[in-house]
Amino acid sequence: MERRGPVGIRFEAVSKLYGAHAALDRVSLEVEPGEFLTLLGPSGSGKTTLLMVLAGFTRPTSGRVLVGERDVTRLPPHQRDFGVVFQSYALFPHMTVAQNVAYPLRMRGRPRAEIARRVEEALALVRLDGMGERRPDQLSGGQRQRVALARAIVFEPRVLLMDEPLSALDKKLREAMQIEIRRLHERLGITTLYVTHDQREALTLSDRVAVIEGGRIRQLDPPRLLYEQPRSRFVAEFVGEATLLPIARVGGGLAWRGRPVRTTRPVPETDPLFLVLRPERLELSPAAAAHGAEANRFEGILEDLVFQGESRLAEVRLEDGTMLAVRLPAGPRGESLALARGAPVLVTVAPEDAVLVGELP
Amino acid sequence: MNPVPTAPEAVPALAPAAAEETAAALARDARRERRAALALALPALLLVGLVALLPTLWLFGLSLVEGESLSLAHYRRLIEEESYRRIFWTTFEIAAVVTLLAAVLGYPLAYWLSRLSEPWAGLGLVLVLVPFWTSLLVRTYAWLVLLQRRGLVNQWLLALGLIEEPLRLVHNWTGTVIGMLHILLPFLVLPTYASLKAIDPAYPAAAASLGASPVKAFWTVLFPLSLPGLLAGCLLVFVLALGFYVTPAILGGGRVLMVAMKVQENAGLYLDWGAASALAVVLLLATLVIFALLARLVPIERLLVGRS
Repeated sequence: MERRGPVGIRFEAVSKLYGAHAALDRVSLEVEPGEFLTLLGPSGSGKTTLLMVLAGFTRPTSGRVLVGERDVTRLPPHQRDFGVVFQSYALFPHMTVAQNVAYPLRMRGRPRAEIARRVEEALALVRLDGMGERRPDQLSGGQRQRVALARAIVFEPRVLLMDEPLSALDKKLREAMQIEIRRLHERLGITTLYVTHDQREALTLSDRVAVIEGGRIRQLDPPRLLYEQPRSRFVAEFVGEATLLPIARVGGGLAWRGRPVRTTRPVPETDPLFLVLRPERLELSPAAAAHGAEANRFEGILEDLVFQGESRLAEVRLEDGTMLAVRLPAGPRGESLALARGAPVLVTVAPEDAVLVGELP
Repeated sequence: MNPVPTAPEAVPALAPAAAEETAAALARDARRERRAALALALPALLLVGLVALLPTLWLFGLSLVEGESLSLAHYRRLIEEESYRRIFWTTFEIAAVVTLLAAVLGYPLAYWLSRLSEPWAGLGLVLVLVPFWTSLLVRTYAWLVLLQRRGLVNQWLLALGLIEEPLRLVHNWTGTVIGMLHILLPFLVLPTYASLKAIDPAYPAAAASLGASPVKAFWTVLFPLSLPGLLAGCLLVFVLALGFYVTPAILGGGRVLMVAMKVQENAGLYLDWGAASALAVVLLLATLVIFALLARLVPIERLLVGRS
């Protein structure tokens, strides 16, 4: 089979209406050839619907989908030539592992010898050599996941689609599979669209992440930018941990309950405004160290200090009752901080870590 | 701030006498629970034993008695007499034809129902079940009315110009098959529907994504996965058809003689219980053999539950 280069995908104002409800609301999105792009969103956000529109299982109400230069909006799924990994894996229970992986090649009428060779290669690629004669129900969850992956790539599809493929696995296995999926993507360079509700998974795997909510893309950025410069309250709260404080514009500056807030970052022009506080970007110190009315200082009471292995998590109650999470690294620096529950404390954030966001764009 | 690690404190061990007493009490509890479960099942066990098992054994005994002495005469007659062989042949032939037709007609119906969305699928199933609520006798006579020479079916076919002469649809083999098919169809549709409905919709979707056209996806994925339900339905229809009495008696017009009718004749007309029993025993054994053969193909409990 001729080796074709990776292709790009373009959604042009794709909408899907169920009655009056818009599961997708004029979504436009461009996926670069060879890119690993993740659709991240809570359940019901429309991320799976978008994937199903691309796979051809759901017809959009309006808009177009292009793969390469070709309009595939009305193409039936079996002619799209995409590999799909389903959430439930959907391994055919009446076939062996090898028969499952051979299925797409058989449907394409490839010669017997070629099928045997490529099935073997695909199984080796996902480290399941010698498992070909097993039945899916004799495999562990992680092994099934890898068979589903092998079956989806064995016919060298132009696009790989994955719908929450790791959600059924436990944490350890999930992290191992994430590394495996990254490795496979790097090796095959296949354009990949990945759906998940797990923000950590999205940050780990992707070249870019599209945050979807209410059938619209709220932000599309590389993981680092998404985390460090969220563009809305929703993204700030959904990606990573964060506490948001409402901020007022006072004169030329910003303030939280009369206390000045300073930032070196851009300030949105819309109201309301929120200050995004990430637990690991905060400093915690005994209140006694406080002096003057410097910016970015928040007084509170230490409510709880939880040991979490690699770090400790402090829960601080601010004067208006807001609970603020502060992550303290374990080791000398964290340990030296001797604090008792109920002690008055001071939380500070550096101006370069003070991210401000507006409501939904 | 840095507590010294300590070993977990050991729980003080139980005194040996107390430990033994607890173990004995636990064993007593377990025995009591088993007895309670048996007591709950007892009425059903008694009923099956008294009403099904004993009479079957009694029947078997009767079939071995000719006059006053033990003999295989009844069985010898079944083998030697041409008429009996013909009756068995007719019975199995009709059962097989009815099963085949039920599968051909019932599978598409079950498939269609399984793809309907909710209010309609439920309604469809109710419509499949409606015939169960009328007496078998009434339905059989209704077919007699519909299929006779001047019946509705012939009138329509004549009016449409599809035939010139009325067809002979009843008082024969054809009428028997039509009547039995109608009565037995739900027994095929229901397990087939259940097993189609139990198939994860991701399977056909996966097949399509892997390049299978709808027709190929059906034959390579959906059909094999629904096979246990279809086979369960076929088995039910076949076994029920083997014992049919009323429908062939009425719609066969005396031209179709099935085993159950001969049993009735031997017992009711000639009061020859031995001959009737031998027929029933052979039919029972034949059914069991078919069950055993099928069980080798598909695990039987999966068949009866009708799930994959």
